[in-house]
Amino acid sequence: MRPFKYSTAPDPATAIGLVSANPTAKYLGGGTNLVDLMKEDVMRPAELVDVSRLKYAKIEKKGSGVSIGATATNAFTANDDLIRENYPLLAMAILAGASAQIRNMATNGGNLNQRTRCSYFYDVNMPCNKREPGTGCGALHGVNKNHAIFGWSEKCVATYPSDMAVALAALNAVVQVEGVNNTKRSIPFADFHRLPGDHPELDNNLKQGEFITSIDLPANKFAEKSYYLKIRERSSYAFALVSVAAALVTDGNKIKEVRIALGGVAHKPWRASVAEQWLIGKHATEANFKAAAAAELKNAQPLQHNKYKVALAAKAIIRALEGAMQGGAYGTMEADSTSKN
Amino acid sequence: MEEQAKLPDLTEAERKALEELMPDEMSEIITSGIKRRHFLKLFAVTGASLLAAHLLGIEQLMARSAPIEQQAPVFIENGINISFKVNGSPQHLMVDSRMTLLDTLRERLNLTGSKKGCDHGQCGACTVIVDDRRVLSCLTLAATCEDKKVTTIEGLATGNELHPMQASFIKHDGFQCGYCTPGQICSAVALMDEAKNGEASYVTANVRNKNKSIKLSDEEIRERMSGNICRCGAYPNIVDAIREVHGDKAVAQVWQFADGTI
Ligand SMILES: Cc1cc2nc3c(=O)[nH]c(=O)nc-3n(C[C@H](O)[C@H](O)[C@H](O)COP(=O)(O)OP(=O)(O)OC[C@H]3O[C@@H](n4cnc5c(N)ncnc54)[C@H](O)[C@@H]3O)c2cc1C
Ligand code: SF4
Ligand code: FES
Ligand code: FES
Repeated sequence: MRPFKYSTAPDPATAIGLVSANPTAKYLGGGTNLVDLMKEDVMRPAELVDVSRLKYAKIEKKGSGVSIGATATNAFTANDDLIRENYPLLAMAILAGASAQIRNMATNGGNLNQRTRCSYFYDVNMPCNKREPGTGCGALHGVNKNHAIFGWSEKCVATYPSDMAVALAALNAVVQVEGVNNTKRSIPFADFHRLPGDHPELDNNLKQGEFITSIDLPANKFAEKSYYLKIRERSSYAFALVSVAAALVTDGNKIKEVRIALGGVAHKPWRASVAEQWLIGKHATEANFKAAAAAELKNAQPLQHNKYKVALAAKAIIRALEGAMQGGAYGTMEADSTSKN
Repeated sequence: MEEQAKLPDLTEAERKALEELMPDEMSEIITSGIKRRHFLKLFAVTGASLLAAHLLGIEQLMARSAPIEQQAPVFIENGINISFKVNGSPQHLMVDSRMTLLDTLRERLNLTGSKKGCDHGQCGACTVIVDDRRVLSCLTLAATCEDKKVTTIEGLATGNELHPMQASFIKHDGFQCGYCTPGQICSAVALMDEAKNGEASYVTANVRNKNKSIKLSDEEIRERMSGNICRCGAYPNIVDAIREVHGDKAVAQVWQFADGTI
């Protein structure tokens, strides 16, 4: 690992000042992504400002919704009573990610800023536009089985790996950000992460030095019917091939509101808005779920090695919606789906 | 350990150097001599390179403390002073900002129980308990541990009495080569508290049920222990060991010695 200066900031303003003033400085949350990438020499910050002790770790009611602090750990957030009761989808998504140890370390702010797991990105001997703009994309015509089927560009076909963020996308969260001189802005979740386009080196729309203070969750009626389904190569402690956050509000069996977001398919959490539109006002039946999923996946653009993701995502949408209809009860869901697929 | 006092036989330059580095201890050194712990601290606050520059004069004295010389870092850049507790005892060290908690435990504090499997957060062999939560010491920078309380596998037993989780791993043969075991046991010990707090997992039937003191099924134990990989595949026995400590009932031991005894 390259040498770097380490400091703990006494308050957010100092932290923001330090990182804004130095283009090679980074915030340090739990370090579970950044320290790993520094060991791999993929990221080379010359200065780390530890924000893990800053007082942004509260989870509290805010208006009719809930605000979750950026320095709260993933484990703390998933187990907070307000979150479990009102946003079980978020709790499930967080708990689907990584391992108990990592969730104890990982902060919410760090989770949103974690980088892709594209193996070309991780290997400094390989070309990668995200790591080193202009060197080309190793995965575009290389081994791209884990890569995107939506929204990619010739410059980058990577996926964004967070589970938590998929639920936040479905829940229309808002990211609260603070910059130098106390400048604040609110970023709707859909605008937080970005598609690669011509600048895959940028994962999201945060500017250097901007600090996430909290993530706000608006009130909703989805708690009764939501489910996070994660499909991976082993049943735990692995990144998603495809994941789905699904949430519904129904009137009898008629769908009044529906949210579907996909993970593992694009450079950002992918809101399946085509499927959502298709389902509004329809009955919550397997046939309708299937048709909605097909409508969404019609627009997929798979690469050479990831055509399987198109079929997988379609089935995952159906299963996740069924899981949500069953109240997100894990056990019933699993038993059902194995018999069906 | 018996501390053997060495009479202070220092030149003026040596005395000044020591005074600069350990002002608090100086009067003690003058009156009762240099003890092993002073050396340890000296290494901790300086590191070998600094010592070489500052303390060439007391090289003689240092040489006599050869066994700990290996523990001293060769070179520290961006040094950070940290004070934290490891297995109950206060530690004060200067570490390179790049130093992980895992390397600090193993290379500086001689606590080699925590293992380095992957060094990238992917195996759990380095699991330790920091402020009552299980974490990965390979991705924890030592600099972030200021004021924290670290428990490693070496700190679980009370004197000669094994922690119940350690005893249960032995009873159930929860290992083969043993490399993942310290991490497995630290992880399992912290898991017991998580279950008492009613924390949920991905396989919890309904996360909206916020019961405390939940009873973990085998599936729950497996999911919650998934951050600890065992290349020997001792998983079934690990689950048995944890189930015995977690539940109140003894779990049958599945192995026996060749003569039929257990
Ligand atoms: C083996 C392994 C398996 C994993 N599996 C999964 C998985 O299945 N699903 C999943 O979702 N994740 C998984 N993860 C990733 C893990 O969730 C992330 O590493 C973690 O959430 C990052 O949080 P952190 O606090 O440790 O971030 P850090 O590593 O500290 O920081 C990450 C980035 O965020 C920036 N940052 C931190 N806080 C802020 C802030 N408040 N404002 C602005 N910028 C900030 C940092 O500067 C840095 O660039 C896995 C990780 C590992 C090592
Ligand atoms: S997909 Fe993106 S991250 Fe992967 S090699 Fe191409 S440019 Fe790099
Ligand atoms: S050594 Fe830390 S997780 Fe493998
Ligand atoms: S006992 Fe050998 S790795 Fe687990």
